[in-house]
Amino acid sequence: MEEISSLMQGFGVALTPYNLALMFVGIVLGVIIGVLPGLGGANGVAILLPLTFSMPPTSAIIMLSCIYWGALFGGAITSILFNIPGEPWSVATTFDGHPMARQGRADEALTAAFTSSFVGAFVAVVVITFLAPLIARFALQFGPAEFFSVFFLTFASFVGMGRGSPWKTIAAMALGFALATVGMDGVTGQLRMTFGFDQLLSGFGFLIAVIGLFGIGEILASMETGLQFKGSEAKLRLGVVLTTWKKLLTYWATSIRSCVIGCWMGITPGGATPASFMSYGLAKRISPRGANFGKGEMEGVVAPETAAHAAGTSALLPMLTLGIPGSPTAAVLLGGLLIWGLQPGPLLFVEQKEFVWGLIASMYLGNIVGLIVVLTCVPLFAAILRVPFSIVAPVILVICAIGAYTVNNAMFDVWLMLVFGVVGYAFNKLDYPLAPLVLAIVLGDRAEESFRQSMLLSQGNLSIFWSNPLVASIMSLGLLMLVWPLLSSLRTPKTPGQSAAAPS
Amino acid sequence: MHEQNDAPEEASLASNRVLEIIVALALLTVSAVIIYDSIRLGFGWVEGQGPAAGYFPFYIASVLGIASLAILLKAVVGNTEELRESFVSRVAFGRVLTVLLPSIVYVAAIQYIGLYVASALFIMIFMITVGRESVLRSIMVGVAVPVFFFLMFEKWFLVPLPKGPLEAMLGY
Amino acid sequence: MKALNYPSMRGCIGAAIAGAISVVGLASSAQAWEPTKQVTFIIPAGTGGGADQMARFVQGVVTKHNLMKQPMVVINKAGGAGAEGFLEVKKSKGDPHQIIITLSNLFTTPLATGVPFNWKELTPVAMLALDQFVLWVNSETSYKSAKDYITAISAGADKQFKMGGTGSKQEDQIITVALEKVTGGKHFTYVPYRGGGEVAVQLVGKHVDSTVNNPIEAVAQWRAGALRPLCIFDDKRSTYTTKVTTDMAWSDIPTCKQSGVDVDYQMLRGIFMPGGVTKEQVAFYVDLFKKVRETPDWKEFMEKGAFNNTFMSGDEYTKWVAAAETRHQELMKGAGFLAGAK
Repeated sequence: MEEISSLMQGFGVALTPYNLALMFVGIVLGVIIGVLPGLGGANGVAILLPLTFSMPPTSAIIMLSCIYWGALFGGAITSILFNIPGEPWSVATTFDGHPMARQGRADEALTAAFTSSFVGAFVAVVVITFLAPLIARFALQFGPAEFFSVFFLTFASFVGMGRGSPWKTIAAMALGFALATVGMDGVTGQLRMTFGFDQLLSGFGFLIAVIGLFGIGEILASMETGLQFKGSEAKLRLGVVLTTWKKLLTYWATSIRSCVIGCWMGITPGGATPASFMSYGLAKRISPRGANFGKGEMEGVVAPETAAHAAGTSALLPMLTLGIPGSPTAAVLLGGLLIWGLQPGPLLFVEQKEFVWGLIASMYLGNIVGLIVVLTCVPLFAAILRVPFSIVAPVILVICAIGAYTVNNAMFDVWLMLVFGVVGYAFNKLDYPLAPLVLAIVLGDRAEESFRQSMLLSQGNLSIFWSNPLVASIMSLGLLMLVWPLLSSLRTPKTPGQSAAAPS
Repeated sequence: MHEQNDAPEEASLASNRVLEIIVALALLTVSAVIIYDSIRLGFGWVEGQGPAAGYFPFYIASVLGIASLAILLKAVVGNTEELRESFVSRVAFGRVLTVLLPSIVYVAAIQYIGLYVASALFIMIFMITVGRESVLRSIMVGVAVPVFFFLMFEKWFLVPLPKGPLEAMLGY
Repeated sequence: MKALNYPSMRGCIGAAIAGAISVVGLASSAQAWEPTKQVTFIIPAGTGGGADQMARFVQGVVTKHNLMKQPMVVINKAGGAGAEGFLEVKKSKGDPHQIIITLSNLFTTPLATGVPFNWKELTPVAMLALDQFVLWVNSETSYKSAKDYITAISAGADKQFKMGGTGSKQEDQIITVALEKVTGGKHFTYVPYRGGGEVAVQLVGKHVDSTVNNPIEAVAQWRAGALRPLCIFDDKRSTYTTKVTTDMAWSDIPTCKQSGVDVDYQMLRGIFMPGGVTKEQVAFYVDLFKKVRETPDWKEFMEKGAFNNTFMSGDEYTKWVAAAETRHQELMKGAGFLAGAK
């Protein structure tokens, strides 16, 4: 097969000691960038970009993409340990990852997260390797209507997730949507809900809301019970990797489903964030352990992590072949390609064979190197929870403040973060679910935008959402998801476990 | 973790009912503000173009308003065990304030003395007064963490964070 | 990249960073004024767009050729169609360690949104280049020239043809409205997207009928044969004669005027500083950008994006900006895009 021989050549390009060393450096840097919310992947890659100009393009992109992998791995660490997701697609990881950490199972959660990321990314790379030419054009079918249908499906697969009062779920989601509308309206260019405040021009940053609601809210709640951080008795178990792997094998169905969702969302290019939420929502519904989701169920870590990384990785394909970046980090990488004189586009695979296959080979190697690096560090990360809370709490607060500040370089956002923290604390105690709130903040504006773009294209005619088989099938799937909770509640009586606290 | 705070000797500061009402009223206010601005933007369905700029916010805010009214109503007339339960005890709320108030002072201080100095002071004071750690240990952590962040952000990753007089003296 | 023996995990992290990010600080020629701390380079647009690419490219060139002793830090402040970035610079009056790259939103954003700022509150430094606009259609359509396309629009129903563009009430939509003067009273359905790359892909996927993408946003699809350029919105053809596709160079694209579409529009890619800075400080940056433009990297970058490689500074530049502002005011007034206007 042609792909195999190209790939072998790619391994030849990537497998020089110099490149392997760059991979290692990249992964370690990436993990650091992923752990500190102020240094998002985009930032890290952007800052390091100029330093790679003196390298050959293949080496440079290997190092930069390894930073990208490292940051993806690193994002799970803070989500699990401190309930602070650094990237939108890590949010769903906190739902079960953090409760696991609180139960003293941080090492299991981390192992599950890293391994799932690896599996997702690896499957996606295999898909890219063998199907690239076939699926590259698939992304072209995605117009505004198709994008909207994907967002609709994501929301639909998440509705009915919140247990407790349905009014509170609705209120939380509506609040999220409302916050997402603040700032400039992309379709008419009008300013909305800014009331003359310059600080509101760019709207409410997702990261600020999440750091506040999850991170600060968590610290406030922990303080209530005194200076304890539940799960600070994190056990340091040797061999935890192997025992966790054994458990992971039983979740094979979730893994496969999440890989499929992830690859599909990455290629289409719906993105890693909808993929992670959708995968979590589906796993919760389908899994026999669904009732335990939100309370520290390992499967709830596996689903979003696998899907997010499958999507994040396969999103590189539309980026290389079409020049549309799937994330801000990818956008900066794209800029880097241009500076090296590589024009992303349909011809990249033809004209820059060595580069492309070197990159694909480095995806395989970078992921393997990355998995080894992060897995060996699991005890180290888990040990962070053994540090007394009186030290951890102020340091986390400082990290949160830095993270919030760097989003827009504005003090206003740091204040906003504190406000969100208080809101998160109160919502949590009153059983308002935070997940739909955050989901709406993250995807609300894009969903609205794609809906209105579709309406412009169809001149106000809703039939555009059923105008071709692709969009029609996604929409129908979404509608099915919407009515599913109704159907299943008719079929089976409510189990007592379902009235427990919503994921937070 | 709200199962932890119902120790009988701790007097309740507010019941869940009060908090439910406060939050529902706050949500109602948000809803009203958004509806107000949506009306300014226009919330109709423009022929041939689809929804106007205020369409989505208007209906979303309406849904928010209805939901928060329902929550409010339940909180006022409802009489469940849950509503009567304590939202937070006096002691527990005091503990929450011991981290919330210093955080507010900390964020305010960032604007005047810069993030690094403010962080150092915040960590030290928090560790000594709230955490009852030894002074030496507190100072060590309080200095080491901001210095590490300074090197990380200002030197290596070139991400500028707010700086104050001390950094200016050092030439940053 | 020398830190390759790892004594311990913690040590290796530190060493890796130190190795990867050693800040270069070699001496350059003597200057009357020089930055005394890092220079913040603001982009009033999101990551991945044209302005972002250029700013990050400039940062790369400055670092690669050691053109400045102090580091240059690039920050995106895209909120409110760039208003966030401009307000930041306006607020930093007298700060010589801040520069901003501008695109047309320097004029369009305050006009369309009413956000209070004006270029006169900033200090013009230099024009780096002018970005071109080209009318593109999908290559599977039968339109071989701008005239073909305009004829088809005139013959079709109102709003039948869809124009994809970046942002709302900004340059792409201004050009679209200007085009409507020659379409016999027929309007386009203008569909705004977030970024230029996305717009080009939407055209390849036939979700819209045409775009006015900048060359660099659409060149990859053109070379792959997916898009066809109809005309360039300039009064003269591009000067780049190297073949981009097998049979065409940028210079082979006719001007829109030649095709009977009298629309001429280029976008400023220029540098501004906060107000209240000294002449010496401005002179430093003018000199810096002159050096950037002399590098071979810059020339290659200009050619790849078919930029109009014009440099201006001082009074000449200020006059150009003033004229451009008046022009935008007229264009936007004509299109009904002014804030408060319905």
